[in-house]
Amino acid sequence: MAAVFFMVTMALYFAATVSFLALLVRRADALSTFSLTITAVGFATHTVALVTRMLTGPGASSPSIHEALSFFSWMLILVFLAVEFRHRLHVLGSFIVPLALVSLVSAAALPDTVPTLQPVFRTLWVHVTLSMLGTVGFAVAFVAGVMYLIQDGLLKSKRFNVLYSKLPALDFLDDLNQQSIVLGFPLLTLGIITGAISAEFARGSYVNWNPEQTWALVTWLFYFVVLVGRLTVGWRAKRAAYLTIIGFAGVVLTLIGVAIKSFGSVS
Amino acid sequence: MHIVVVGLSHKTAPVEIREKLAVPESRLGEALNRLCGYSGIKEGMLLSTCNRVEVYAVVEELEAGYSRIQEFLADAHLSVSSEQLTPHLYWQTGDRAVAHLFRVACSLDSMVVGESQILGQVKDAFEMALTHKTTGLILNKVVKKAITVAKRVRTDTRIAETAVSVSYAAVELAKKIFSDLRDKTVLLVGAGEMAKLAARHFIASGVRHVRVTTRTPQHAVALADRFSGTAVPFEQFREEMAAADIVLVSTGAAHYLVGSDDVQRAVKQRMNRPMFLIDISVPRNIDPAVRHVDNAFLFDIDDLKFRVEQNRGGRLQEAEQA
Repeated sequence: MAAVFFMVTMALYFAATVSFLALLVRRADALSTFSLTITAVGFATHTVALVTRMLTGPGASSPSIHEALSFFSWMLILVFLAVEFRHRLHVLGSFIVPLALVSLVSAAALPDTVPTLQPVFRTLWVHVTLSMLGTVGFAVAFVAGVMYLIQDGLLKSKRFNVLYSKLPALDFLDDLNQQSIVLGFPLLTLGIITGAISAEFARGSYVNWNPEQTWALVTWLFYFVVLVGRLTVGWRAKRAAYLTIIGFAGVVLTLIGVAIKSFGSVS
Repeated sequence: MHIVVVGLSHKTAPVEIREKLAVPESRLGEALNRLCGYSGIKEGMLLSTCNRVEVYAVVEELEAGYSRIQEFLADAHLSVSSEQLTPHLYWQTGDRAVAHLFRVACSLDSMVVGESQILGQVKDAFEMALTHKTTGLILNKVVKKAITVAKRVRTDTRIAETAVSVSYAAVELAKKIFSDLRDKTVLLVGAGEMAKLAARHFIASGVRHVRVTTRTPQHAVALADRFSGTAVPFEQFREEMAAADIVLVSTGAAHYLVGSDDVQRAVKQRMNRPMFLIDISVPRNIDPAVRHVDNAFLFDIDDLKFRVEQNRGGRLQEAEQA
């Protein structure tokens, strides 16, 4: 059941991605309505897929990277729909929906059978959920950063094209960037703490400095510096955009590390 | 009798020449008397703005008249010789001279086509000539007609919309930098017509904080009153720039008033909050190198006009689509 809904979701997100990308270069109200509708339908089937899997699947007690990525993708769409509902910002979909699709396709490609773990790993759900919520924050900051740099470049080079007219004001994107990190950072912090506690239960040590944990800590430290720099010495605007893009690269590397590990544990 | 025009404008002469020939208002009367003191010049009017210096006259003999006027233009300025001047001058006579005056008065020959300032300047030039009794039957009739036609052109056609749409384009660009203009501050430097119009547009779009600076402090205070803003001493405006989100510059200065360093310092003080700088002055008053300063967005009059053209093109396209 869950698998069917999952596949349907993937198809819908794919269609939404194509039509949202077309919106970047075309002005068409019908196209944006279409994009939004299939995204919303996709979100509904995604929700069903996640819930049924949680209730019936093996993921209930200890989620795999597959579930984590699927949840990440679902959260991204949720954030997009929320921002869209409040600000009518269709163009955000052209950036977030493709990211959600990539994340969902990666989830599909990764093993969804959970490596057997001790029952004490029940806290893992908390760890994965919090870390993924933090990551969603960083992903939105990343998207806001990319959009910021594009709009900054268009304004500087005076290229007033379709994309220029669709992208919002620079300070809106900068605010979105800031809010995403302000929300994402504490969530990731809690995610890392609960992860360390889970590890302590499972293995008897909080950290064992595997590449994935190291990267997670480096990323955390990086965002800490970015956040402090922003609030104290004015690392905003263009600099913040660049930093959050670099930071998100760190996040992606961490996730790749987790993914490789999960492949390893399957074989 | 021939009606002639001899002069130079932004189309034929660089600002270095224009500024040397410009006659200050206080010396206009003296200049007019000197002009009509030349033999063979029956009537004369002098139009001197930052974009043009033109002599309208009625002369007895064409060739002699032309050279007298050229002599007059060069004479006033010891630093410019007649030879230096010649390549920048244009001459017209008869119908073509009259047509030229009509084009100028209607703002068709202006740098910003459709700007409203020129008509007032033509009126002032005419009144000055009337005061000094340097015009007669012919010029009086022609100039009066030109002023009437220009007024009709303003009310009956959409020419004035360009000037308006330049201000509109400035506001529209600002909205791509600032999502909410209400808590933003505009600093108006200089009192050019276009800048005042743009400032009015910004206020209409919600801007509540206006600061004004001009070289003459009384002028700044009067303007500030009109916009319910505050006046800033001209000497200090560079330091005040950090407090402004939108800087509108339009002065008669022939050099850059704002350099890269000034903007860089302001952006730093603003902790990298973006700044929007609009330079409506011709010649420009903000160093174009400011374009390279991060988080500062400089647009000059050409950029704004380009945006207006694009808007117009877009509207045409949309109309076709519909």
